[in-house]
Amino acid sequence: MEPRHENLSEQPTQHSDCGRIASSKQFKDLLAVKRMFIIPALAFFLFNFIGFAILVGYAPKLASIRLIGTITVAYLFALLQFVLGWTIAGLYLVASSRFDRLTKDVLAQVDHLPMDAPPGDGE
Amino acid sequence: MTVSLAVFLAFVASTLAITGWAARRSRGASAYFAAGRRIKAWQNGFAVAGDFMSAASFLGLIGLIALQGFDGIFYAVGGFVAFVTILLVVAEPLRNTGKYTMGDVLAYRLRPRPVRALAALSTLTIATLYMIAQMVGAGALVALLLAGSGIGYNTAVVGVGLLMMVYVVFGGMLATTWVQIVKAMLLMACTVVLTGLVLRQFHFHLLDFFAAASRIAYHQNGELVMNDFLRPGLRFRPPHGPLDLVSLSLIFAFGTAGLPHILVKFYTVPNARTARNSVVWAMVVIGSYYAMTTILGLGAAILLGPDDIVAHSGTNMAGPRLAQALGGDFFLAVVSAVAFATILAVVAGVMISASTSFAHDVWTNVIHRGLERTPGESVVVARLAAMAVGAAAILIAIALGPGSNVLILATFGMAVAASANFPVIVLSLYWRRFTTAGAIAGLSAGLAATLALILVGPDVMGIDSPGAMSHHLIQARPWFPLENVGIVSVPLGFLAAIAGSLASRDPGAEASFDELVVRANTGLGAERVTG
Repeated sequence: MEPRHENLSEQPTQHSDCGRIASSKQFKDLLAVKRMFIIPALAFFLFNFIGFAILVGYAPKLASIRLIGTITVAYLFALLQFVLGWTIAGLYLVASSRFDRLTKDVLAQVDHLPMDAPPGDGE
Repeated sequence: MTVSLAVFLAFVASTLAITGWAARRSRGASAYFAAGRRIKAWQNGFAVAGDFMSAASFLGLIGLIALQGFDGIFYAVGGFVAFVTILLVVAEPLRNTGKYTMGDVLAYRLRPRPVRALAALSTLTIATLYMIAQMVGAGALVALLLAGSGIGYNTAVVGVGLLMMVYVVFGGMLATTWVQIVKAMLLMACTVVLTGLVLRQFHFHLLDFFAAASRIAYHQNGELVMNDFLRPGLRFRPPHGPLDLVSLSLIFAFGTAGLPHILVKFYTVPNARTARNSVVWAMVVIGSYYAMTTILGLGAAILLGPDDIVAHSGTNMAGPRLAQALGGDFFLAVVSAVAFATILAVVAGVMISASTSFAHDVWTNVIHRGLERTPGESVVVARLAAMAVGAAAILIAIALGPGSNVLILATFGMAVAASANFPVIVLSLYWRRFTTAGAIAGLSAGLAATLALILVGPDVMGIDSPGAMSHHLIQARPWFPLENVGIVSVPLGFLAAIAGSLASRDPGAEASFDELVVRANTGLGAERVTG
């Protein structure tokens, strides 16, 4: 058998904590809250971007309609991708402050907190 | 062209100073491979942007938009949106579960030796495709700009190769990161000024600018044609064009999130929250950059015209020539020097990811089963690997010559990342039943399918018409109709990984899933700041 979990070998004491945390209510809450944001955001993004490719590729007439001056549906849709990307990023930043609070609750269960968790500085 | 040389030499001198400073600061593996994990969020954001925005996105993209209008703009959008996937799915769990390489994340639950070996193979394949693309671009740029100065393509390739070897071998990740930060700032500054100069030609009336972009006249097969560059369809034409475009969108959506040289940047920050903030910084920089390149590309089409671009040294020089037309020889010199800086920074980033993967995945963990026999051995191996990788890239780039297509080689690398790396990273992080056999199947199927389909696709196979500019390696009708193979290879990578997992059991991988999820989401036990 080959050695496993080489990364954890430096912190052997945390192995048991992980099992305890994984089954705790606080941790399950954290995962549920994260999923509630990430899955819809990702689905919307993929649907929208691949939809953009399908529109441009398969409906060039529709994509060529001029909306403002000579600016076409296709170009506006392209600019919209930038705006949507930044919007998703902004919303994720807002939502993640809640993730960080819930993470703090989860880590509070651990007897010996590692020195640099909860998520520390760096900004 | 002496101004160009002076600006370029000033950049080289300052990056060498950075490298000297970084070399004095770096002690130990974590300092060399991950900059001691002390990089701040905004710094890493600019570094990721500097790592990602390559010769293809500066030289190639502007030329593509200038010749093919909206269909080129799709590449600009794709380069940006990829970071949404990185932000939501990859950056934070990766920071928390890995140490130096992509292979770390897979080895966390799976049998380390086979998955690390394959992860390293895929990393080295992508690195080679990327690095050759950049070095060919650098060589071509020098050959065109400094024509008559005695500095030719081969000299330029060797020069770029040696410089990036110095950054990586002596300065490690810290020097690479700062070279990328400086480069990203220079590139942004140049792009803002150039965009301003383009729009000033239209007295900053955007509608006038877009009206001009809607009637571009040029010659095609000897006939004068007039096209609206805001409409799609100049590149992706039926019968296969639309499917090629959808295929390209899959490569963009998933490929960047599997690029090893981008992923390793998230190990250089202190924790997951900083990794997250740094992706958002990168999205601000990269998004505004790509939004501006749409103006630059259309501006080149309006102000220079496709005929002029084709006649004067090809698509890759549209951006620099636009700078010359609007800002004179001095601005041309500055923009060209920044283009070099761009290439150097990307090449250094790709090179350090490749040498890290060789030293950490192959040497330390596959060959020596995770035991470092003498302290600092992995850093020595990484430095030697960097020299070997650099030498190989120089030789291949010289053998290929200045004619090879820069953008296409880079897109191939991204296709491998989307089909081989991305599926196994995601399944390893989010699927309990994922097994070692599944990872082996996914990585090998994704890698093999991508390379095989590209080899029988229209970029390699084709019949050259007499006097055509492009040369196909194999003179036969292509067996696979699409240039972008993602629509087949990405689902194949996922299916192979899932089928391989369902057909096997890996109790160890299942048992450690809880541990991985806790660590990925809380950072408990994650690598700490050092140095």
